[in-house]
This record gives sequence, structure tokens and C-alpha cells, in this order.
Amino acid sequence: MAVIKTENLTYIYGEGTPFEKKAVDDVSLEIYEGEMVGVIGHTGSGKSTLIQHFNGLLKPSAGSVYIDGEKLWEDKARLREIRFKVGLVFQYPEYQLFEETCYKDIAFGPKNMGLDEAETDRRIRETAQMVGLKSELLDKSPFELSGGQKRRVAIAGVMAMKPKVLILDEPASGLDPKGREQILSLLKEYHQATKSTVMIVSHSMEDVARYADRILVMNKSKLFCLDTTEKVFHRSEELSSMGLSVPQITRVFNRLKIMGVIPERDVYTTPYALKLVLGELGKE
Amino acid sequence: MIKDITIGQYFPGISPVHRMDPRVKIILTAVFIVMLFVADSIWGLIVGAAFTLVSFMISRIPLKLMFKSLKPILPIIIFTGVLNLFFIKSGDVYFHWKIFTITSEGVRTAIFMAVRIICLIIGTSLLTYTTSPIDLTDAIERLLSPLKKIKVPVHELAMMMTIALRFIPTLIEETDKIMSAQKARGADMETGSLMKRAKALIPILVPLFVSSFRRAEELALAMECRCYHGGEGRTRMKQLRMTVLDGYACFYTAAFFACVIAVNILI
Repeated sequence: MAVIKTENLTYIYGEGTPFEKKAVDDVSLEIYEGEMVGVIGHTGSGKSTLIQHFNGLLKPSAGSVYIDGEKLWEDKARLREIRFKVGLVFQYPEYQLFEETCYKDIAFGPKNMGLDEAETDRRIRETAQMVGLKSELLDKSPFELSGGQKRRVAIAGVMAMKPKVLILDEPASGLDPKGREQILSLLKEYHQATKSTVMIVSHSMEDVARYADRILVMNKSKLFCLDTTEKVFHRSEELSSMGLSVPQITRVFNRLKIMGVIPERDVYTTPYALKLVLGELGKE
Repeated sequence: MIKDITIGQYFPGISPVHRMDPRVKIILTAVFIVMLFVADSIWGLIVGAAFTLVSFMISRIPLKLMFKSLKPILPIIIFTGVLNLFFIKSGDVYFHWKIFTITSEGVRTAIFMAVRIICLIIGTSLLTYTTSPIDLTDAIERLLSPLKKIKVPVHELAMMMTIALRFIPTLIEETDKIMSAQKARGADMETGSLMKRAKALIPILVPLFVSSFRRAEELALAMECRCYHGGEGRTRMKQLRMTVLDGYACFYTAAFFACVIAVNILI
């Protein structure tokens, strides 16, 4: 069963004012349990607005959202439960840290859920380990940590609620290449360990190609496609016509195919490319 | 959503009133206020009201906005009206019951004061409707600049005001974002006792303060990088310039003022 489903979802900013703008236009999609989905799209294409509907932060102007088969906004009191089910990590989440210690900050979500002390403690230690925070850091103030560590604390704060779906808006933006790599691979590990659904909004085609099972492409407020990675990157001409690109390695191999050097065309990760090239060399 | 709150009430446009020099606008608004208080008969006040209405027409601001600006002060108008109606005891008695007396003088003063307050509000809100907050602070700075002689930090005050105005939308956006983020972690801001709700604000206020300080530091650094060192010898990209238009505006106001004085003398 689809864990997230939308039907003709439309959202208009500033409805009824001269500044009216359609941010999400007639989007119908289904996200299945246990998937890792990458969300890509140009700046202002409606990605962030779309994901804020999945945990009831925004109310659709038209259409509906179902989480686990339950229609949102039918009963406003249920929204809080939904937010524990669908964890949303905003862009630059380190700016929302507020407690004196990292421990207390991670505890904010579980406490709001009404969990008891022992369970909260267990979850904090578990998620801290998952995001690679050393236990001695838990008693430090989040404001003393480095940018990358702060981000881990913030992500742990959402993970500790053990949501069925974890959605992250640009979790790796503003980090150095090493930090990016670490954050993304810890998300992959989290995905594999918990078997939960993970959605990652990203600008980097390379990252999406490496980590996602399926890719959701937004273009000018509309859903362009939601399909497997191979199929999405197969449409490289269409993607580049809307200002998006395919991974660099895919571009290289597309060109190689045109030149007739290598038969394969759908290459989108470096490890796979390496294997392919080594295979070709082996033949000779 | 919190974003919908309008800050200031500037209504962009290209009417002659919009294009006037903001300094002249402020001075003429002051003259207008004096005019309303100089008028001491109904006829004088009608001239003042006509001035307000004609100015409003010229500015091409929707009439709806004029009523909107009146709404918050409606209770004050009614309150002063009622007070004047019952507590002025001179003139012919129209109505008498126990301690309540309505006299001709009372009715006259009640209407007079109500019209005066309404004109006052409409006239002054015309200034804020047609002038952007930044132009307004610019003009205030220039008008107050003589005070520099007595060591009032006019430029600094104006700069602070400009920066504050500039960052209001940014802060609103930031607050919105932090609120959403905390709501996503299950923060509950809408239910519970007053104490509980006040406590629920901590997760929003702390990050907001932290980011404001960070922003302030960054801004200070950026200003220093561009060699900002206070108002001494500083020139402006957008010079305030008086044009023929301002001359017309002064003439127009003076004409109405003269009318009011003439009415006062004649009637």
C-alpha cells in the first residue's frame, strides 16, 4: 500500500491577493513503503511546498493527501499524530536547535510524543549512534558544535521520533564534500536498518542517482515524473530542457555511446561506470 | 499564515502624490493638521474635508483602503462623540432625561470633533499609503538634520530605522520557517493553558534570537567591508529632489489653507 498518496494536490500561495502564485499544481502521486525517493527540481519548482503537505504543515488549496490511507485535514486533531508518522527535516535544520544540550534537543520530539523517560533515553542513544554522534557530545551545548555536527543533532531530533517516513529537504547543502558524503551515507544506512521510507530533496544529480530507488521530478509546480532512476535519467534531453541535468558520468557515457566507444548508455553512478569500463578493457 | 501580516501600509503607485518629495509630503501633512485645528466652524471644516478627499482622489488609492484605515479608530470616534453629546451643557436644550442632556452645542461639537478626527486619520494615512517606509525614514533624516548641531545622532537613528524596516520581512519568514520546523517535531502551540503556550514559544524564540544575532554580526561586517563609518560625508545614490510637482502641491495646500482662514474671518 502507498504510504503517501496525493490526489490532484494543488497549493496556491496568497490566494485571493494580487500576489497569488500556484506553487503546486495538480499533483497526483504514490510513494510506497520502504522506498528511498529522490526529489529534484529547479529552484522554485514547488519541491519544498510539496513535501510540507506530507505531514500536514500546509493545507492543500485543492485535492487531498493520504498518509497510510488516512486522509489529512479531515480531523485537525489528528495532524499531530501524522507529524510523528512523517518526520520532516527542513533545509539548514541546525538553525532550529534551541536546548542547552544536544541530549535535550533530540529529546524534544519524543517528549512531544508523550514517551516515557526510559524510552526517550533509549531512542536518543540509538539515534545519536545512528547519525554518528559520540555520546560525550550529547551533554554539550549544540551551539558549541561544528556545522556538520549540528546538522547531525538536528536530523537525530527527527529520527528519534521513529517516523514511518523521513523526508529531508537538502540534507547535505552547505557542507563540504566529506560532510555531504557522510550525511548521505548515514541516511542510506538508516534506510536499510529501519526499512522505513526516506525522501531526499536534492540539487545534486550525482547524489540522487547514487542513493535513490525512484526519482520524483518537479517542473514549474507540476509533477514531471516519478519513476525509477534509470528511466528518469534516460530522458536526459527533457531534463536539460527544463534546466536540470543528468549526472556528469551519464553525460560522459551518453557521449561515448554516440562516439561508438561503449554500447551502454544508461550509466549514472561512478562505481557502475568503473565496472563497465574495466569489463570493456577486459574484453580486449 | 504569519506572512500575511502587512508591515507599514505602503500602496505602490505612480500618482502625483506618490511622486512628491517625501520631505514636502511630511511638511504638508503637518500643515494639513494645523489647518484642521485652525478651522473653527463647520464651513471651515468642510473645506478641510474637501482637501482630504481631493488629495485622496489624486493619489488613486482605492477608497476601500480609506475605510480600512478608519476601522481601528472607530471606537475612539464613537467614544468622543458620546462624551461631547452628553457633557456639553450650553446652547438650546433638545432633550432632557435625568442627568442626560442633549444640547445644540453638544450636537455641534460632537459632529465637529468626529469629522475632525476622521479627516486627521485619512490625511495622515494618505502619507503612509503613498510613501514607502524607506523614503519616509530618508525624509525624516533630512528634516531632522538640523538637530545634528546639538549632537543628536540623527543619521544613526535613521540608519537603525532603515535596517529594522528592511529586516522585518526577513524575520517574519525566518519565524515562519522555525515554527514549521518545530511543529514538524510535534510542538503544540495552539492548545493548553497560557503558561504552557508561553513555554511553547521557547523553541521558536531561542533559534530566532540566535539567528538575529548572527545576521546582525554579518551585516555589521558587510557594512564595514564597504567602508561604512557613520553619516559623516556620506552621499546618497537616491537624492531627494524637489520638483515642480512639489511646488504645485504647496500651492494647492496653501490655497485650501487660505480658504479655511477666509471662512473663519467671514463666518
